[in-house]
Amino acid sequence: MPALVQTEHLTKRYGERTAVDDLNLTLNEGEIFGLLGPNGAGKTTTILMLLGLTEPSAGKATVDGLDPTRDAIKVKRVVSYLPENVGFYEDMSALGNLRYTADLNRIRPKEAESLIQEALEAVGLEDRAQDKVGTFSRGMRQRLGIADVLIKRPKLVFLDEPTLALDPDGVNQVLELILSLRRERGMTILLSSHLLEQVQRICDRIGIFVKGKMVAQGGIEELGVALSSSGNGSTGSRVVEVGAEPLSEDLIKKLRAIKGVKSVERAQKMILVRSDADLRPQLVQAVSDAGASLLHLRLQTVGLEQIYFRYFREN
Amino acid sequence: MGIVPVFRKELASHLGSRRFAILFALIVLAGVSATYVAAQSVQADLKDHPNQAFVFLRLFTASSGNLPPFAAFIGFLGPLLGIAFGFDSINSEQARGTLGRLLSQPIYRDDVINGKFLAGMATTSIALLSIFLIVGGLGLRMIGVPPTGDELIRLLFFFILSVIYIGFWLALATLFSLLTRQAATSALGALAIWLFMAIFASIIAGLVAGAFYPTNDNSPVQQVLDHQTLQENIARVSPSTLFGEATSAILDPELRTTSGLVLLSQAIGMVPGTLSLDQSLLLVWADVAGVIALTAVCFGAAYATFLRQEVRTL
Repeated sequence: MPALVQTEHLTKRYGERTAVDDLNLTLNEGEIFGLLGPNGAGKTTTILMLLGLTEPSAGKATVDGLDPTRDAIKVKRVVSYLPENVGFYEDMSALGNLRYTADLNRIRPKEAESLIQEALEAVGLEDRAQDKVGTFSRGMRQRLGIADVLIKRPKLVFLDEPTLALDPDGVNQVLELILSLRRERGMTILLSSHLLEQVQRICDRIGIFVKGKMVAQGGIEELGVALSSSGNGSTGSRVVEVGAEPLSEDLIKKLRAIKGVKSVERAQKMILVRSDADLRPQLVQAVSDAGASLLHLRLQTVGLEQIYFRYFREN
Repeated sequence: MGIVPVFRKELASHLGSRRFAILFALIVLAGVSATYVAAQSVQADLKDHPNQAFVFLRLFTASSGNLPPFAAFIGFLGPLLGIAFGFDSINSEQARGTLGRLLSQPIYRDDVINGKFLAGMATTSIALLSIFLIVGGLGLRMIGVPPTGDELIRLLFFFILSVIYIGFWLALATLFSLLTRQAATSALGALAIWLFMAIFASIIAGLVAGAFYPTNDNSPVQQVLDHQTLQENIARVSPSTLFGEATSAILDPELRTTSGLVLLSQAIGMVPGTLSLDQSLLLVWADVAGVIALTAVCFGAAYATFLRQEVRTL
């Protein structure tokens, strides 16, 4: 798949401070990429550079084959941006706000009406179209922001902290919506967040961003492996939880005997089996050989949380 | 052209705003009462001396006792109108979080500030034109003397100059809205400059002139003239002074000089009569150019500031 966004050594300095440092990022068509990092890591600055709203100090970016610094207008025709803490004109209706966006995109009024209607339905705000935005809750504003992003029918969407300050219900709605943008409209999405759990839920690939530097990028699995292999040298990176009844010494002995198992330890009502390869079939066999019934079997994945804090600590 | 939607939206929200209703009511009230009083004095004067020229213009310049004339009201309240539609034009978008969304649409950045400025100008022009028509209609009914073509052209010049003068305050307030993050701070800043220009500039000009050329009743003529010239030149820093001088000549064809001091020797040979429009304009062209230049400089500063500002700090 062709790269929709590509940056090469993209750098932004504000005086002495380097906000984005030598960033190389590739975003493929149709993927959801999460820029994960603490506040002030340079996520927003990166997005602003990709939109041509801020000029890079060094390096270059390409968005849909265009240079955002030179062709800002063309880039902004195919890219939508949902800023952090998005705002609307409070004394105008939701409809009025979206009409203004359509007008700014030079969409004909007739076409705009159906686009707006469709966008409002997509975010479930069609009943509140005539209401002033001043009466909207935080979650509704965020959903209206997503409707606003849809108006220009973009190829690419930048979402800056889309779930910030939302209640759990609002977070779920917004994440679902983001997934549906790709599913139903084939959009490519770049989102920034400092909340790893949410990024983990919806992103295909993740870039971990700390102090302007991209310290790691890839799929969640890849990041986990990278973390483990660069870890403290101990082997047995895969951990399988085994729950069985009865938990006899015989069972433990049988598990230890499996080829490739590095260690077996009892943890409360479970047994943790460490190995280098995925030995789940053999483990199941061993449990049944011991005459026990299998209640639980799970391959522990390295959580993003571990990855996240690990990189934060290193930097 | 991204300027059209910005202009359209801003104009609609200005005209529908409570701010507009309040200011419009204030200026209509001031204008109508000033004209009413002026018309009464003109009526009385017409009874004693019929067949006068330029009667209609006197509706805008005549005052009687308590109320200043209409032209002075525009000079004083016009800035308020300009400031009201400019003081929060950028910083409120920033505070509400709409600026990022606006700038991420496919428009040029200057479309935003140009559209907003033009919408402000259009709003104040609409307000001003309505007031002119209301006041003119009222005056016409009361004195019953229609304006001549010459008077209408003079009024047109007065109108255009007023729009540009209010444009200066609009541009100044827009500049403040870029320099301060709080709308309240920017409003106070612009109002402070307005008060200074409208009231204190002439007082300070008098003080400074007095320090350089102290005068009393027995001072030599040259000393008095120097004092007067310096005082007037310092006061001309204020756009309010420039506007006041320019309107006085445009609206009063009998005015020969904008100086407050005419020597007896100068007055002696003077033939009573009126100046033609081009002569009146010649008298105050420097003031007119000054008002236009100040407006252009102020808007230019706001424009450059807006285009150079980093979006993060906007």
